[in-house]
Amino acid sequence: MRYSGLKVITQGLFGNKGWGPAWRNPAPKPEYDAIIIGGGGHGLATAFYLAKNHGLTNIAVLEKGHIGSGNIGRNTTIVRANYVLPGNSEFYSHSLKLWEQMETELNYNVMHSQRGVINLFHSDGQRDAAVRRGNAMINQGDDAELLDREGVRALVPYLDFEQTRFPIYGGLHHKRGGTARHDAVAWGYARGADMRGVDLIQNCEVTGIDIEGGRVVGVQTTRGAIRARKVGMVVAGRSGQVAAMAGMRLPIESHVLQAFVTEGLKPIIDQVVTFGMGHFYISQSDKGGLVFGGDIDFYASYASRGNLPMVEHVMEAGMTLMPMIGRAKVLRSWGGIMDMTPDGSPIIDKTPVEGLFVDAGWNYGGFKAVPASGWCMAHLMATGETHAVASKFRLDRFRTGHLLDEEGTGSQHNLH
Amino acid sequence: MRITCPLCGPRDRREFYYYGSEDYLTQPEVGDLDAVDAQLHLRDNVAGRVRDVWYHEAGCASWLVVTRDTVSHAVEKVELVANVKGILAKTKLKGGAA
Repeated sequence: MRYSGLKVITQGLFGNKGWGPAWRNPAPKPEYDAIIIGGGGHGLATAFYLAKNHGLTNIAVLEKGHIGSGNIGRNTTIVRANYVLPGNSEFYSHSLKLWEQMETELNYNVMHSQRGVINLFHSDGQRDAAVRRGNAMINQGDDAELLDREGVRALVPYLDFEQTRFPIYGGLHHKRGGTARHDAVAWGYARGADMRGVDLIQNCEVTGIDIEGGRVVGVQTTRGAIRARKVGMVVAGRSGQVAAMAGMRLPIESHVLQAFVTEGLKPIIDQVVTFGMGHFYISQSDKGGLVFGGDIDFYASYASRGNLPMVEHVMEAGMTLMPMIGRAKVLRSWGGIMDMTPDGSPIIDKTPVEGLFVDAGWNYGGFKAVPASGWCMAHLMATGETHAVASKFRLDRFRTGHLLDEEGTGSQHNLH
Repeated sequence: MRITCPLCGPRDRREFYYYGSEDYLTQPEVGDLDAVDAQLHLRDNVAGRVRDVWYHEAGCASWLVVTRDTVSHAVEKVELVANVKGILAKTKLKGGAA
């Protein structure tokens, strides 16, 4: 069914009884041309673009839980393209362009809102770094504008500009950045893939990867064996375990990242504001909750919850930046499991096993990458060639020394 | 989370710095790129019982090997690196590729 304003009106007139399920719930077939392990944002986008861009429709997405139950359903929904390094810059630029056409492409309202992202800076050195970043973004064809202190004040007057530790010198304004409704992104890609014939198989956990003579031939699942000559592992957060089924160790360590949301409030924060010195960022959802978060908890973890020291740190940073936040009540907090790589950048590549591909290592920046990750992973699986904008996301770059260390923090998984 | 330092007793997690997996305790041969890659980058990344290296930064400055569960955050055992190093040096590093 094609969604439209007219449809909403006519359905409303007749009691909304005509809406069908947005996708089928098929049983797995014994064989597919390609299998995607993982029904999250990246996996669903991969399936969608395999079908749409490459005409591969005899494919299945295998999801151990339900569609969108992983990190696509538990992130802070920020979309931006403000990277510096060649390799990252063109990839996220491509992703932002796909975001801008996503709702038309999917015929689905993902509530993409280009409300702007403001990265604050607090010293002359940081201002220089912001200028450099802004120039890199402009060179890439994206937008960036340097705001002085008064420019920031005009947009976000409620910040504490007078604080002594981190006085606000200005900010880098990325107007095309913003937020989107995270679940809707998963649902939109799921519906789009399903409409093109992709089987979305839920409650189907992969328990083994079948390899014969160095080539993948299928997978074992809780719903039986499924054969395929091409298999993509798109399971960020759990990449280590799935790769271990193929006898591989990945350059990834899993860490927990916490996020918080307050009770619903009247509109107050119109942009995404990031306070890098305090490891704090905040935006307001359309429902009214202030959505904010900080850094990872710093030790390897698979618990989908964090520890209290980081909760305290994030709250302190929020109070430092905008004292008014002290009046808001935190409604809930949660943790997501992040694939942390030693340089903070992702992996979209072939593996040493013929026909087995990996899309992983998204650190805590996977949400904004969903469309381009799917686009490039689909290109890789369909053609066997790395897509131009993802050509630096190699699996062996740590061994060969071709790191993409955007933050320049060194080769340790928890430092990014 | 609290970690029982063998020298200081049970202490708040905030006193400790997490360094990384026990792979850091191995010593790759000079020039063996695969072994260096395995030590620095590749990880078993287990959901469950792991051994990793911590530093008692705001305490006695000991380097520690902590045996703990990455799913429940339960800490099972804490040893001084100095006491376990001999055992770990024999641990053979696995390469990355199948």
